[in-house]
Amino acid sequence: MKRPIIVLIGIVVFVLFLIVIDALYIVSETNQVIITQFGEPMGGAVTSPGLHIKVPVIQKANYFDKRWLEWDGDANQIPTKDKKYIWIDTYARWRISDPLIFFQRVRDERGAQSRVDDIVDGETRNAIANFDLIEIVRSSNREFEVTEEMAILDVASIIPKIETGRNKIAQIILNKASEITPEFGVELMDVKIKRINYVDEVQRKVFDRMIAERQRIASKYRSEGDGKSAEIRGQKERELKKIQSEAYRKAQEVKGKADAEATFIYAQAYNLDPDFYAFTKTLETYRATMDTNTTMVLTTDSDYLKYFKKVK
Amino acid sequence: MSPLDRTINIGGEKIKIPGSLNRNVLGGIGILVVAIILIAGSIFQIEPEEMGVILRFGKFVRTEGPGLHFKIPLGIEKLTKVPVQRQLKMEFGFRTTAPGIRTQYRTTPESVKEAIMLTGDLNVAVVEWIVQYKIKDPYKYLFKVRDAASTFRYMNEAVVRRVVGDNSVDEVITVGRARIAMEAKEELQSLCDLYEIGIEVNQLIFQDVNPPDPVKPAFNEVNESLQEKERKINEAWSEYNQVVPRAEGEAEQTIRGAEGYAMERVNNAKGDANRFMAVYKEYRRAPEVTRKRLYLEAVQEILPKMKSKIILDERESNVLPLLNLGEEAQK
Repeated sequence: MKRPIIVLIGIVVFVLFLIVIDALYIVSETNQVIITQFGEPMGGAVTSPGLHIKVPVIQKANYFDKRWLEWDGDANQIPTKDKKYIWIDTYARWRISDPLIFFQRVRDERGAQSRVDDIVDGETRNAIANFDLIEIVRSSNREFEVTEEMAILDVASIIPKIETGRNKIAQIILNKASEITPEFGVELMDVKIKRINYVDEVQRKVFDRMIAERQRIASKYRSEGDGKSAEIRGQKERELKKIQSEAYRKAQEVKGKADAEATFIYAQAYNLDPDFYAFTKTLETYRATMDTNTTMVLTTDSDYLKYFKKVK
Repeated sequence: MSPLDRTINIGGEKIKIPGSLNRNVLGGIGILVVAIILIAGSIFQIEPEEMGVILRFGKFVRTEGPGLHFKIPLGIEKLTKVPVQRQLKMEFGFRTTAPGIRTQYRTTPESVKEAIMLTGDLNVAVVEWIVQYKIKDPYKYLFKVRDAASTFRYMNEAVVRRVVGDNSVDEVITVGRARIAMEAKEELQSLCDLYEIGIEVNQLIFQDVNPPDPVKPAFNEVNESLQEKERKINEAWSEYNQVVPRAEGEAEQTIRGAEGYAMERVNNAKGDANRFMAVYKEYRRAPEVTRKRLYLEAVQEILPKMKSKIILDERESNVLPLLNLGEEAQK
């Protein structure tokens, strides 16, 4: 008798408990909620975090992320305006700015991602195809620091100036894409070019060019080495000749001066009596020139032998 | 007594005599269990490098620093720990497989793609770098951005490539490394602030920065040629230094020699002159005799040295052809 009643009350209490629980829902810091009644959205999004109440059973809470979400596109092979094939990889940040429209148009994130894929990829293609490669790589006309090697290649004169640049191209993609995304309740915050790479074939050619450039530098260095060392050798020869000739000149000058002085001295002395000088000097040369190998033929009319013949 | 009570209790509900007592015991145990669960759910510890973020029904209410803290249990308050003091690190272009004294690295196809990038002169460089960062603002890190870490990775790649894209390959590989890393760090930080990602960038350091593998030998060739150039120049200078100072010395020697010659020449001249004058002075007093004396003295000195002397009469001068002068000379 009593027992079924207790069971019944128990069941009723349990069901009521479930209903109360179902009336409560939690919105976290990271979420926002759209309440639907039999699938029909009721009111706007609930964005303030905390405990909230809805009509139990017939209303349903649909959760959407409130944070900035990431989108990472696949790398696309796109030709630039100057017909260089590159892989380009972009990323974007987006969020569900209008959960109601988002819910109505794309239902969930997966749907949104694929729409963002289409839009950002498409706008990326359009933008890249409108610009030369250099515009996509560089973001300013900053002058390169000129190293010795750069000077050899004269890079500055080869690389053209840019007019738009990477940042602005990304901005163009963002602006174009942002015009469309609000249609499904999505706000794009930023599109950035993550990676740019040459397509394999192009890359190979670029590598070949880089190799050729380096070889140019290397041969420049080699010939500079040869040139410089030849210059030093030349300088050495010049120094050598200079030193030797100067020394010779100086030596000759000194000797000449001395010879002159000596000549003067001799002249002064011997001028006293040139004849006597001739006499003494001749005797001296006899002493110096006649030795044991000399055979002398004397005649008796010489001064020396004149007494040999007759005493006069 | 109590063991008896228990067996009866387990036996069935028919015996209700000790029931009241048992209910109290059971209730006590129940309360105790519930209390333990509640306490366990409300006490938590935050490690020194962490910060605890408390959400009440999903709403951010407070953060807790290191130490022992309480929260409302039963899932009403939820705790997320964020390591705010820990220095976190991301690697680009390589992965550390076994950190230690001899850290091991490896590269994967994915990490290679991270590192290869275009430079401002449309060349290609392979740039490996690391970034060290801290979670500065746990609230932003957790609630402003979903998957902040992978967003941060993308930001790194985009920023480093942008900066490298504005530099020549030579700057990236050699002279500009530190400056580029610095620029990238600053730009990354301002991007973090813009994205409200709650991350503070501490360091962005370039690791290996290389030309691509197929181009490396050519870059090495440049280095070799530079070495070669310097070697050649050094050799030439060393030759120069070997020869020139010696020549200078020899020049000095020549000049000194000449000076010696000069002194000798002048002194000799003076000596000869003086001697001549001295003799001449005496000669003038008795010229005839002195002249004869000098002549005879000379003859006396010279003639004994000679091997043969032939004396001819002045009228017999035609005998000369008969002398065997050749034989004389041979002896």
